[in-house]
Amino acid sequence: MANKKQMDNQALTQKQTTPPLLEMRHISKYFAGVRANHNINLQICQGEVHALLGENGAGKSTLMNILYGLYPPTAGKIYWKGQAVDIQSPKDAIALGIGMVHQHFMLIPALSVVENVVLGMNCGRQGRLNLNEAAKKIEALAKAYNMSLDPWAKVWQLSVGQQQRLEILKALYKGADLLILDEPTAVLTPQETEELFNMIRRLTEANHTVIFISHKLNEIMAICDRVSILRLGEITSTIHVCDTCQQTLARLMMGGEELSAIEKKPASLHETVLECTKLCCRNTRGLMALKDLSLSLAGGEILGIAGVDGNGQSELADAICGLLTPESGKVRINGVDMAGKSARAFLEQGVGHIPEDRHRRGVVLSMNIRENFILMNYYKAPMSHKHLLDWKLIDRLTDEAMASYQVKAPDRDALMQNLSGGNQQKIVLARELSKAPSLLIAMHPSRGLDFGATAYVHNRIIEARDRGCAVLLISTEIEEILALSDRVAVLYEGEVVGQMPAAEVKTDTLGLMMAGALRGAG
Amino acid sequence: MAMPILIAGMGFLFSERAGVVNIGAEGIMLFGALAGVVGALYLNSAWLGLLAAMLAGLLVAAIFALLTVSLHADQIVVGAGINILAAGLTTTVNRIVFGMNATPPAIPSFHVLPFPDALARISWLGEILSTIFSQNILVYLALFIAPLSQYFLFHTEIGLKIRAVGEYPKACDTVGIDVVRVRYGTILFSGLLGGAAGAYLSLGVLSFFMESMTAGRGFIALAAVVFGKYTPYGVLGAALLFGAGLSLESRLQALGTGIPYQFILMAPYILTILTLAGFVGRNKGPAASGIPYIKE
Repeated sequence: MANKKQMDNQALTQKQTTPPLLEMRHISKYFAGVRANHNINLQICQGEVHALLGENGAGKSTLMNILYGLYPPTAGKIYWKGQAVDIQSPKDAIALGIGMVHQHFMLIPALSVVENVVLGMNCGRQGRLNLNEAAKKIEALAKAYNMSLDPWAKVWQLSVGQQQRLEILKALYKGADLLILDEPTAVLTPQETEELFNMIRRLTEANHTVIFISHKLNEIMAICDRVSILRLGEITSTIHVCDTCQQTLARLMMGGEELSAIEKKPASLHETVLECTKLCCRNTRGLMALKDLSLSLAGGEILGIAGVDGNGQSELADAICGLLTPESGKVRINGVDMAGKSARAFLEQGVGHIPEDRHRRGVVLSMNIRENFILMNYYKAPMSHKHLLDWKLIDRLTDEAMASYQVKAPDRDALMQNLSGGNQQKIVLARELSKAPSLLIAMHPSRGLDFGATAYVHNRIIEARDRGCAVLLISTEIEEILALSDRVAVLYEGEVVGQMPAAEVKTDTLGLMMAGALRGAG
Repeated sequence: MAMPILIAGMGFLFSERAGVVNIGAEGIMLFGALAGVVGALYLNSAWLGLLAAMLAGLLVAAIFALLTVSLHADQIVVGAGINILAAGLTTTVNRIVFGMNATPPAIPSFHVLPFPDALARISWLGEILSTIFSQNILVYLALFIAPLSQYFLFHTEIGLKIRAVGEYPKACDTVGIDVVRVRYGTILFSGLLGGAAGAYLSLGVLSFFMESMTAGRGFIALAAVVFGKYTPYGVLGAALLFGAGLSLESRLQALGTGIPYQFILMAPYILTILTLAGFVGRNKGPAASGIPYIKE
């Protein structure tokens, strides 16, 4: 092992004797006076996988958007293979051989794979398209990297993993030498992530270079050669991955602050809050998503629902919030049968909900913080009297919530869309917990959040549980389930295939249950 | 009757595909109709009148593009503004040029191209053909638009760019496409054709300008784009259908059926509403339709 490390180091130092593939010198970027990047120096060597590590808002994406020509830098220069270059638009970047896979895919769902690939390219045939020829090239290219992709499929028909492969292929088709992957694993299942890593290995074998933006430490340890840590818009250090460990990286990313580990008192159970009996639900496509599902959950307890995405989690959450009417079976909350009740009746019964898709269902992006804060209870006292909103009170409550939940925003009038994901989630939490719910449904509560925000959200959820709230935690991240839950249930194809106290969970058993290969005691 | 809808519809098909909803279509056609007559009168040629109409359409479209694409103004508001401006300004200019109650002067217009007499006399078939082919030259030109547009939209790089810009402009930006240029281009093109469609009404059908003579045909052209599922041949079919509705109106009036004429006048518009409501239903337009693109 030590030998391999040394060899890696030597190989990299050798690479550094020739000019690096890419050098960004003294790059600074200010948005209306706000510092996004400050005096950044970055060297990328041919053939390496270089990680950019930092919390949300640390300036990783800004730096890469500058490199890709989407923003002009306020100051600084970019050198490509030793030559100073002026990248004014993505066109220039593509011409140099830089390709970028954005976190939110830049694909057009209504068009086919091949149309998406050739879009914006100049084939030099007097502007006529030749899609057949391009399709053949795409198939050959896909084969060379051991992927399968139907060039004539429409993009909306592809899975998320396939769309990502298409994005990579699109960049390679345009002759990319350097690939920038912006948080590529955020939307992938563990299996798809593994496939992506194999793909990255194949790319570097072919002497391509990859910049890997992430805040997941285990992934950086697994796939990257070097890592540059960004903090508050500056690169604080660049180190070889083989010389470091996750703990060090975490400390560097947080700027020396120690992470407060999650502290959990043993659960003290109250009476049963949620009871589902033989619940059957259909999903939007009309297929059975929940099959005879029975669960019960007591106040002061966190029940973690583990499972691979798409095994009925969304339907379970919707059924308990009153957003989905079950085919059969019962949902009882605080002993009340909720059959046929409206979503508002569920809210009145004390259900709080952290939805899985924050942007679509958690907040209204185009409204400001105080408006989002009252979304669930604007219609009743004390927020409104006789259909008129009491803005003075709302403002005071919003300010209090923003202070106690440490929301970083200019003021309560800031639009939701201008806040970072972590701050948006804090508003959702503040709103849902401020009404002291008896049942909290938390679905992927830390999705898309950085380290600090995740720890914060987790601690708040545990606080709620200690107050006697029943928490249904639905997550695909096993670490999250294990860190928070008192009891774990595994969901597979709409059924609970196993339930056990969190202390007795073995990771490999859990993995087998999630894959449907093992059934435990129900 | 279908021709002005076809010509205008084909132009607005391109801007719609690029994500621009231009309800100023009505106003652009009205400006075109007036400019065509004025141009033909002063330049003493129907063809130069047509050119003047197209230039007028281009100019109005350029104002629309400046406000909506460059200044991110709301497309519906600007379009409505153009319609109101057109209604007022064309009336004023018309009265200045032609006077209040004077009979319109003779202006050069497009005449019906005669069907060869020898062919028409052969048999009953010849007679039918001669009625069908008694059209002015613009009709024959207009019929080429659909296949040309089809080729342009689906078989050229620019066509692909236009379709992509209407779906997801930001993604286009990341592959180096100039979204603003594409939108300007399609809007200006729709202005050219919209102006020509107006001139067709004033120079090909009537030979004079009448206040508010477009009578909703700009809106019907937009409806034809939606009903035609945003494809050139679809627009052609929709234009023929809506045109038939308009013809029906004039025929029924001439026949004197006893139906109150107000209902007959409504016929084409009711047909438009029914087809849009009944058949189109869930027809999905370009995803970024009507949304200004603001580059970060």
